[in-house]
Amino acid sequence: MRKNVLNLILKVLAGPAVFAFMTAAVVAETIHEARSKYRDITVTQVGERRCLLFNVHRGDRNQTCMMMNDRDQLVFDYTRMSFVGLLLQPEPESILVIGLGGGSIPMTFAELYPDAKIDVIEIDEAVVNVAEEYFYYSDTDNMKAHVDDGRPFIKRAGIRGETYDYIVLDAFSGDYIPEHMLTREFLEEVKTIMTEDSVLVANTFSTSRLYDHESVTYQRSFGEFYNFKLPTSGNRIIIATLNTLPPRGELVEASRRIAPSLEKFGISLTDYPRRLTTRVDWDMSRRELTDQYSPGNLLREN
Amino acid sequence: MSDKQARVLPRAIIASMAFVSGFCIMTIEMLGARILSPYFGGSLSVWGSIITIFMLALALGYLLGGRLSTRNPSANTYALFFICAAVFSLPVIFFADFIMEPIFLAIEDPRYGSLFASIFLFFIPTSILGMISPYSVRLMVESEKDSGQMAGLLYFISTLGSAAGTLGTSFYFVLWFEVNQILWGSVIALVFAGCAILLSDYLRNLNTRSSNPSHAKKRA
Repeated sequence: MRKNVLNLILKVLAGPAVFAFMTAAVVAETIHEARSKYRDITVTQVGERRCLLFNVHRGDRNQTCMMMNDRDQLVFDYTRMSFVGLLLQPEPESILVIGLGGGSIPMTFAELYPDAKIDVIEIDEAVVNVAEEYFYYSDTDNMKAHVDDGRPFIKRAGIRGETYDYIVLDAFSGDYIPEHMLTREFLEEVKTIMTEDSVLVANTFSTSRLYDHESVTYQRSFGEFYNFKLPTSGNRIIIATLNTLPPRGELVEASRRIAPSLEKFGISLTDYPRRLTTRVDWDMSRRELTDQYSPGNLLREN
Repeated sequence: MSDKQARVLPRAIIASMAFVSGFCIMTIEMLGARILSPYFGGSLSVWGSIITIFMLALALGYLLGGRLSTRNPSANTYALFFICAAVFSLPVIFFADFIMEPIFLAIEDPRYGSLFASIFLFFIPTSILGMISPYSVRLMVESEKDSGQMAGLLYFISTLGSAAGTLGTSFYFVLWFEVNQILWGSVIALVFAGCAILLSDYLRNLNTRSSNPSHAKKRA
């Protein structure tokens, strides 16, 4: 009798305990919350996986994640895809990354090319602080994060005559699109900081009307560009150069040469060349985005 | 009748004008961030600059418009505000780059860069648009007793216009038109408003003169 009662008590107590244990394993634990001028920033962790999220309450996706037991490993497709430009420019000496996030893109570049000069532009100082405190980002002699808007930074760099071999445009993953960095005039300014050997890798939108408008704009500015999509990712990467694009055969060759150094980051570069296409799969009659006409946020909603 | 001042313009006209000025103020303000962002970016401080300058310009406009309303208020002066506001908005269309470029080069900090750019682009037209509000009150009020009510009515209508201008610009106009096309729309609306005032005043004078010329003369 006593034993039964004890059993019952144990069961009643153990139920919630087991449940709590299970949810703890599944539900992310919030380890840091910050409110910046622009957004709510949340850092969560599930097991070894730590993620940076913007505006969680509005249902935004993860901005970036890092495996704490394997920090080199790039967790997201779009982060890995940002290195596709190495097929065209395998030895960048100067790198510009617009949009810091958790810092995984610049940190990977810094590891791959310790001698390259890397500038990272992030509009939100709070994001830089979180990247430093929770994602092991730190400035080095060659790598510097600037709290600035991407467009004026590029405009000034162009006026000073500075150029970059590799430019990553990753400012659009948040909940608000910086419309002034979608326009023809902006792309013309980006071109002033490019050389014949430079490559521009822009992480953009693969859905909504904005896809068409954006494709038309890049096409008018750069001519033919490579479109890069993976079936597993909702992102579309645009790869553009000032020169005419190299034939795909060259890219296959380059991918074999470079792939080994990218393996530890989880980037399977040899899979990428066949995913690149110059095929026009957008509505070419859409209006080009200019400083005069750039309703990116409205176009995404429609 | 004798204790009341003669109204210069029909109330419906003054109310419509208050709506138009409120509408145009917010349309131009909402476009401000778009105009400045190529040079100073899209940070929160750029919005802060624009709103600050609009507030200061309106404050000064209210003061000057109120002062002007004490000296022989007339439909002509009232119409002139609208025409001048239209004319002084034109540099935003024609010389925006010309104005912003040297400021961008001279001032590295985008906060102060956008503040100065806002001053040079928006201060004068917005001040003039601000003069319209107190002047409208003066033209609308017939007696001391109804002054508060008339002022309230005008605030109501011009703020309604501002709300419509804000919503229209940010939800629809930027999706349908280019920035300069929307600015041209405001300029044309202001010119039309000015012309409507002059026309209404002209027709009124014509009426009073033809119905009772001697009386009209005495009253004037």
